[in-house]
Amino acid sequence: MSAASDTKDQVSALAEKYKYGFITDIEMERAPKGLNEDIVRFISARKNEPDWMLDWRMGAYRRWCEMTEPGWARLRYPKIDYQNAYYYAAPKKAEQYKSLDEVDPKLIETYNKLGIPLSEQKKLAGVAVDAVFDSISVATTFKEKLNEAGVIFCPISEAIRDHADLVRKYLGSVVPVTDNYFATLNSAVFSDGTFVYVPKGVHCPMELSTYFRINASQTGQFERTLIVADEGSYVSYLEGCTAPMRDENQLHAAVVELVALEGAEIKYSTVQNWYPGDEEGKGGIYNFVTKRGDCRGHRSKISWTQVETGSAITWKYPSCILRGDDTVGEFYSIAITNHYQQADTGTKMIHLGKNTRSRIISKGISAGKAQNTYRGLVSVHPRAVNARNYTQCDSLLIGGKCGAHTVPYIESRNPTAQVEHEATTSKIAEDQLFYCLQRGINQEEAVALIVNGFCREVLQQLPMEFAVEAQKLVGISLEGSVG
Amino acid sequence: MLEIKDLHVTVGGKKILKGLTLSMKAGEVHAIMGPNGSGKSTLSYVLAGREGYEVTGGSVSYDGHNLLAMKPEERAAKGIFLAMQYPVEIPGVTTLTFLKTALNAQRRAREESELDAMNVLKLVRQKAGALQISEEMLKRALNVGFSGGEKKRLETVQLALFEPKLAILDETDSGLDIDALKLVAEGVNAMRSPKRGLLVITHYQRLLNYIEPDRVHVVADGRIVAEGGKELAQELEAKGYADLVKVPA
Repeated sequence: MSAASDTKDQVSALAEKYKYGFITDIEMERAPKGLNEDIVRFISARKNEPDWMLDWRMGAYRRWCEMTEPGWARLRYPKIDYQNAYYYAAPKKAEQYKSLDEVDPKLIETYNKLGIPLSEQKKLAGVAVDAVFDSISVATTFKEKLNEAGVIFCPISEAIRDHADLVRKYLGSVVPVTDNYFATLNSAVFSDGTFVYVPKGVHCPMELSTYFRINASQTGQFERTLIVADEGSYVSYLEGCTAPMRDENQLHAAVVELVALEGAEIKYSTVQNWYPGDEEGKGGIYNFVTKRGDCRGHRSKISWTQVETGSAITWKYPSCILRGDDTVGEFYSIAITNHYQQADTGTKMIHLGKNTRSRIISKGISAGKAQNTYRGLVSVHPRAVNARNYTQCDSLLIGGKCGAHTVPYIESRNPTAQVEHEATTSKIAEDQLFYCLQRGINQEEAVALIVNGFCREVLQQLPMEFAVEAQKLVGISLEGSVG
Repeated sequence: MLEIKDLHVTVGGKKILKGLTLSMKAGEVHAIMGPNGSGKSTLSYVLAGREGYEVTGGSVSYDGHNLLAMKPEERAAKGIFLAMQYPVEIPGVTTLTFLKTALNAQRRAREESELDAMNVLKLVRQKAGALQISEEMLKRALNVGFSGGEKKRLETVQLALFEPKLAILDETDSGLDIDALKLVAEGVNAMRSPKRGLLVITHYQRLLNYIEPDRVHVVADGRIVAEGGKELAQELEAKGYADLVKVPA
């Protein structure tokens, strides 16, 4: 595609509303409504899980029943009725898909519309995709090619059956079953997600990605992803998320665990564009996510990059445990809230090993009547000699009715630690907008341009294939925020 | 090309322009002079369509169109360019990206084909000519950390790049040393053309030594109080505004 038409597409995309809001009409199988031990058994049975997995889930469920929902985040929402939702929904016969030819054409069409072609001829070059539709993975591309390199890339439900040793060893080792209310709920009812294992010394030959789609109404999605990078390996992974436009609120409670062994590097990027609700704040996804990476081996590195533009509520703190010596943790974040969206997001950098380094760059953009909070913890433990952290939190306000909040926690228990924190809050100035308008750039494009400038450091971290998409998204999600 | 008739403008409830009338033809260079607070900059913002400048009376016709009914970006696409007194900074947006976005927005509005980054770069190099715009400057964020001279040079490059029909230069000389002033004036003079009108707003006569006007208008208290040829500017330089303007005690 020429750069000229590319620009044109970008610009025309700016004029579109939430374009992923359609519903796929497909026959679904659901678990009965509500949550109890039978539902947990139902999910486990549907996935033909071994007994150990069912036991694990049951333990989590019983624990969850004794827990209370946390209320410390700066988020306001009506009480969630956990009994008034479905915990499993899958297209009929989806479990039996052996190859892409068997996948219902409606599903292939759905992913085409989302810009994620799955068929052999049209697959994205250099990017392997696992497509998760409600509670089930419907297709995974490039599996064989990755197999040749020894890389395992498959739905986690398949990994539980086929790679039980690896899954048992690492599942719950970064985010324990008892970690927090939403993670425990996820441990009981998780449906599908992706499992990645990169063997020793292997540089994963392509970008890996999972595309999460919520389609069924009144249904929660409980994604579970586990990525293990063995010694000296490298992998870059990206997840994308969308959902139909509905008046109701739907729950997405995910757990993502990353394990980097000695000298390994994991780069994890998210472009989160769940349906954010309408201009009056009706509908939208409640996104309660626990993401954590463990730099378990020396000299390992985990880097989180997130572009959070969707969801009515975002509660998410992708974190790094810098356990090994000389490990590096990074968190690059763009969180955009418009209309009535609320985001409480940030990271935790836990410095345990010597010479550990972490870097946090957070860009929060708030428009309409939205509330945007950065919440972050930098913790330096006694053994973490020479730990270093740099944190930069910038907030941009558009209009006078939104809010930006920065809540940094710093705990240092080692005198050699160096922790830096910088924070700014700014507004899109009228003179910046006028300058753009005077040079012929219309209001929406001007806002997109200025905000993209504000986010540049983070956008640069995204894999090339997705950076352009993310830039467009930044513009679209701020539509109608000025004027 | 530009007919301003009995223009009244209010800013934040305060009357700034109180019946300003001015007419200019394509190919002409007009200077607007006047003391601080006389309404010179207000006139430039009203012509460019800035928000907050409320027209309470009069009319402005540009190329036969009712200018006041057009959005600021439409005016830009139709050839109105305002070189600003204080060019703004946009962090994170490289100068080249900005120029490309603006140029293509204007081209799109005129149903012309868009240019890719390489062609924009070529065009900028060619138009910059003697204005000394380095590649390094184009890679920096727009106006961020630019010196006063660099900012004004970049405004002048944009004048050349957008090839407007009506260019308004608002205090382009402010904050420039004599060498930078000459450079910018040369850039502006290169843009003189029978098809183009230039409206040069300045407090001092100095700039008009380098950009010679066909007509000089003196604004005071929101109206034109004197008009004449370029000799009027020299007269003002010698005598000051006091003879023309009643300076409140």
